[in-house]
Amino acid sequence: MRGARVTANGWGWRHAGRSRPAVSGLDLHIQPGERVLVLGPSGAGKSTLMHALAGVLGDDEDGDETGELFIDGQRPSRARGRVGLVLQDPDSQVVLARVGDDVAFGCENLAVPRAEIWPRVTRALAEVGLDLPLRHPTSALSGGQKQRLALAGVLAMQPGLVLLDEPTANLDPEGVVEVRDAVLRSVQASGATLIVIEHRVAVWEHVVDRVIVLDPAGGILADGPTEDVLTAQGERLAAAGVWIPSHPPARPDRHPWTDAAGAGLLLRADGLAVGRVPFARKQAVVVADGLTLDVRAGQATTISGPNGTGKSTLALTLAGLLAPAGGGLVAGESLAAGRGTAPHRWRSRDLLERIGTVFQDPEHQFLAGTVHDELAVGPRALGLSPAEQTDIVDGLLHRLRLDHLAGANPFTLSGGEKRRLSVATVLATRPRLLVLDEPTFGQDSRTWAELVRLLAELLDTGTAMVAVTHDTDFVTALADSRLILAAGPGGATARRVLGGTVAVPARLHTGGPS
Amino acid sequence: MTPEIRPSAIARVNPVAKLAVALLISCALMLSIDWVSAAVALLLEGLLLAWCGLTARQFWLRTAPVWIAAPFGLLTTVLYGEDSGAVLFSAGIVSITEGSVALGLAIGLRVLAIGIPGIVLLATTDPTDLADGLAQVLRLPARFVLGALAGLRLVGMFIDDWQSLALARRARGVGDGGGLRGRARRFTGLAFALLVLSVRRGSKLATAMEARGFGSDEPRTWARPSVFGVRDGLIVLLGLGIAAAAITAAVLAGTWHFVLA
Repeated sequence: MRGARVTANGWGWRHAGRSRPAVSGLDLHIQPGERVLVLGPSGAGKSTLMHALAGVLGDDEDGDETGELFIDGQRPSRARGRVGLVLQDPDSQVVLARVGDDVAFGCENLAVPRAEIWPRVTRALAEVGLDLPLRHPTSALSGGQKQRLALAGVLAMQPGLVLLDEPTANLDPEGVVEVRDAVLRSVQASGATLIVIEHRVAVWEHVVDRVIVLDPAGGILADGPTEDVLTAQGERLAAAGVWIPSHPPARPDRHPWTDAAGAGLLLRADGLAVGRVPFARKQAVVVADGLTLDVRAGQATTISGPNGTGKSTLALTLAGLLAPAGGGLVAGESLAAGRGTAPHRWRSRDLLERIGTVFQDPEHQFLAGTVHDELAVGPRALGLSPAEQTDIVDGLLHRLRLDHLAGANPFTLSGGEKRRLSVATVLATRPRLLVLDEPTFGQDSRTWAELVRLLAELLDTGTAMVAVTHDTDFVTALADSRLILAAGPGGATARRVLGGTVAVPARLHTGGPS
Repeated sequence: MTPEIRPSAIARVNPVAKLAVALLISCALMLSIDWVSAAVALLLEGLLLAWCGLTARQFWLRTAPVWIAAPFGLLTTVLYGEDSGAVLFSAGIVSITEGSVALGLAIGLRVLAIGIPGIVLLATTDPTDLADGLAQVLRLPARFVLGALAGLRLVGMFIDDWQSLALARRARGVGDGGGLRGRARRFTGLAFALLVLSVRRGSKLATAMEARGFGSDEPRTWARPSVFGVRDGLIVLLGLGIAAAAITAAVLAGTWHFVLA
């Protein structure tokens, strides 16, 4: 099988209902078997281009096309089966309930004869390194495994062009390497052309031949061998939010908050066990136990460890949203302020000024129709006067550069803006403790730097922070202490904590980019 | 959302045959309301349960809804149903007559006789196999069947999403208070948020499916053959037999009462 050739002649696309085209004036020639990394600031139309190449952009009703886009000289919609696309979100790509069936799905749609499908399925699973029975349930896979499953589904179709749209953005560091290596192995074996979009350049830098930078104003900003483009355009790309290894985002200076009053202990977990109560059950299933940690004012604690070790469950328990499944969790007097020592028994409104939680998926916590109203939810629940509400909301809009979006629907914001807004909604009620679940997932380097700077400021003024994160840059920039959860040797439910709290010398990195 | 299915004689039967059996028995029992036909059908179904491969615990757990619904239907009909024949007991609007007792019995047994095969069918059938059967044996449109099957997977996510949404509301300070009205308003809000989330998930899934070549008008192949064999035909005949036996017994016993008559 040969790799596919991609040609664009002045190609462009405007989504229906938008005034500006997402992509315009694109001229592009990609040879069979080339491996290309596509970069560009958010809004440059990278995903639109990928969807167009995969033939899933839709028809005249969905937008206006200009120019020409060809795969092996054919329009993408007629090149069915020549192109395979892997998307960012692992959960939204699993189609069927069993691993083997899911991989076979694409082959069936392409009318591959049955006798040929199963050998293809077995081979694709071996190529991506998923050594699982064909009947294994897809719901039991980790994020990295789901992405490799999606890749296997694409490989089984034997495409001449493999498209990856930020395939590792939602994965832990091990998952990222798993997926990247699986991609490499398979395109090496098949000779397919590869086009990848990814913010984090370091992952792909040494495995692609060519980098293309899209210009948000239309056309191409830079195109050439990887090293040349990254050297020539590095600064510009970094400023636009692309993670370039030689231009890391600035790390904030920390000015540690000193606890004058000596009332710094906010929460103490002692032999804490955490778990969720499954649907229609009474008893919680414990995912982690024997957890011991102190949360102190002005200190940042990060929680890391592989998927499935109970990090998020621990965060939600510390945040007073889930009841502890066992052991002790006691709020210090300076946090409880007369409300009892068990945070999960506090009223919802009492949490507002005490513990603020930022969820992994910002969309889970949006309640209002506009950004302005969204920010006012907390202050209103506290019973503040309209004038006070306006003061707080306007202050936050300005501080987080959301002024121009005050009237927009929160769901229509970009990924970075949604994250800023979800943090801002929590700050509106000035909680003493911030609990964040994967705050930097899917952020480009610019929004990352903004977020880290903001959190550093809060820490320096005495707010405590607990963050679940895979992001090692985030940990080095902010963590005062780290908790690493490890999967226990026994079964899937009972897990042990190795190491307990690991104290890290505070503020290893206080300088800017090194 | 895949139920754990233990290998058993009934689990191996083509889902389409099982569906046909459940439909045949339900239709036969809908034609008349009398206790003899329902009792005969229930008795014969009971004999077949030995091959369904469900453990006693699974069986009672899954059929619990019909075991609750049946006595409830029986009791309400006995107390408030249409009266006829000798009066056995009467107080206010409550009156028990020979006729209402017979009617109650007929309804209670009917709920069991129709409900149990349906539930056993679901408990011993993998949704994927049912979809294969519907598309390959009954030739229903693949787009429709596979779309529904993929959608079913999203249902499993509803529960997680619902929990996350509820926790997020608690964190935002609007998770409690307001009494019954506040509770109702929160429930509506949550339901709407879940709907929005599901629609977004659904459209992402649709794109992913389309990217794998789904949804065109070209013919497709099926990786898993769904074969309707002699054994499956015999099972359908067995279902037909149960339906016929129930009707015949009722007619012979003189209790047959055609609903449209």
